[in-house]
Amino acid sequence: MVERRTFFSVALPHAILMIGVLIVFFPVWLAVVASTWDPATIINGQLGLLPGPYGAENYSRILFSGASSSTREPVWSMMTNSFVMAVGVAVGKIFISLLSAFAIVYYRFPFRMAVFWFIFITLMLPVEVRIFPTYKIVADLGFLDTYQGLIIPLIASATGTLLFRQFFMTVPDELLEASKIDAAGPFRFFKDTLLPLSLTTMAALFVIQFIYGWNQYLWPLLITTRDSMQTIVIGIRKMITTQDALTEWQLAMATAVLALLPPVIVVVAMQRLFVKGLVETEK
Amino acid sequence: MEKRAVYAGVSTPALLLIPQLAIIVIFFYLPAGQAVWQSFQLQDAFGLSTIFVGFENYRDLFTRPEYLHALGVTVVFSALVAFFSLSIALLLAVMANKQIAGAGVYKTLLIWPYAVAPAIAGVLWLFLFQPSMGMVARWLQWAGIDWNPLLDGTHAMILVVLASTWKQISYNFLFFLAGLQSIPHSLIEASAIDGAKPMRRFWTIVFPLLSPTTFYLIVVNVVYVFFDTFGIIDAVTHGGPASATTTLVFKVYNDGRSGGDLGSSAAQSVILMIIVIALTAIQFRYIERKVNY
Repeated sequence: MVERRTFFSVALPHAILMIGVLIVFFPVWLAVVASTWDPATIINGQLGLLPGPYGAENYSRILFSGASSSTREPVWSMMTNSFVMAVGVAVGKIFISLLSAFAIVYYRFPFRMAVFWFIFITLMLPVEVRIFPTYKIVADLGFLDTYQGLIIPLIASATGTLLFRQFFMTVPDELLEASKIDAAGPFRFFKDTLLPLSLTTMAALFVIQFIYGWNQYLWPLLITTRDSMQTIVIGIRKMITTQDALTEWQLAMATAVLALLPPVIVVVAMQRLFVKGLVETEK
Repeated sequence: MEKRAVYAGVSTPALLLIPQLAIIVIFFYLPAGQAVWQSFQLQDAFGLSTIFVGFENYRDLFTRPEYLHALGVTVVFSALVAFFSLSIALLLAVMANKQIAGAGVYKTLLIWPYAVAPAIAGVLWLFLFQPSMGMVARWLQWAGIDWNPLLDGTHAMILVVLASTWKQISYNFLFFLAGLQSIPHSLIEASAIDGAKPMRRFWTIVFPLLSPTTFYLIVVNVVYVFFDTFGIIDAVTHGGPASATTTLVFKVYNDGRSGGDLGSSAAQSVILMIIVIALTAIQFRYIERKVNY
């Protein structure tokens, strides 16, 4: 601290940060509150800031039997789909990028740099800009309404490869030399030396990709038509009908809370890995 | 930078690269190439024959008022979200960077909205601002404002900007905080010794030193608004009322889904690709000058 600490110089930051935290929490808190009331209270605009007595009823209804008017699919099964998709995207990306980064960093082969650039370019274009041609390819492969259709096209990018390449570059050469002296082959080196060293990087990438996969919207919206393949983010979208009278807000809000909880828990519980992943993948 | 010790051989690295290369060829290069190819073609009404038309699809797009309108909406939308989310995040980061008790707790409490899906963020804010029963909407109506985002384009825009900003603050906050923490304390002290007051120190020392972070974040925020806010718009306004919140990505989706003009839809995709590539190129230019985290 450069200045003398006055009451003002300590209280002001606290006040501003608290207002920030309140604003950030407000919409989520209200969703939690709404998810514990009955429809009449909400429709009449009598919703206060405190939870009501209908929480257990609302949550058990959407989790196991589904909201009635819009979709009959229980939220439980939507959450399973989201979970499979998020883990699939995270694991798939880590798997393919570990292998390709290992090849690019630890092997000398013709066109190595060309291959690197070929992968690198995919960093630039998000799936949204090539959405319909990708849809057509996925349809031709018969992947509509399948987990592989949800997952594989989202793996097609270079973020993981670059991250692992960057990390492998920092691994001392002596380790490989030592491993060669011990007559260990490349797979042995990969499995026994490189993988254990990469665990933190893998975990950080997992956190980021899990959130990315769980929160996908446009892609699942396009390629899933059967209710049983819906992810939870798509499911909630279908509960909000344009005729407001038909929207069961208490159920929609309960679903929203369930949809945002898993990724938020991941961020809060693994904050260090999350920050590491965020800063390093985006660089 | 190259490794000193490496393995030889061609077949092993080829095998290792196959999964990644296969996936990016099939799901990246093929569709991206197809979009480019289709954007130069015109298809007849029945999809039976196509002819090569050069840049006609592009020329056609830029003469259509609704496309130019979507472009304008996207620019305004990105500018507003970037401005508000960056300013608020910077203010919070500066406060959290002061040596106060509980700074770490504030950080945790502020970063989690990053994990909320855009569509969910949209639904949360829609619930607050829904004209007939939303809590904030009722406050506004008591205050005499005829609030209705379902009918009023400006209101709809305010709503999607709010939801998008709310979600993006956490990301900007994290990067600003990291940027602030990397500024050497001696610089601040030196300037304090020269008699500069806190505000002056901020604008003449801290803010200029943060500019690499700020530039980087501006690009990231614009990319975010272009692509990730699709979920917010689709959940909250469906691009309406009267296309007041139809962004370029939303238009690609809407036009493509209703079928019809394949070439025009492809041309829209290609324009988006060019925009992202340009933004990424700008971002990479600034990376070298960026502060280290």
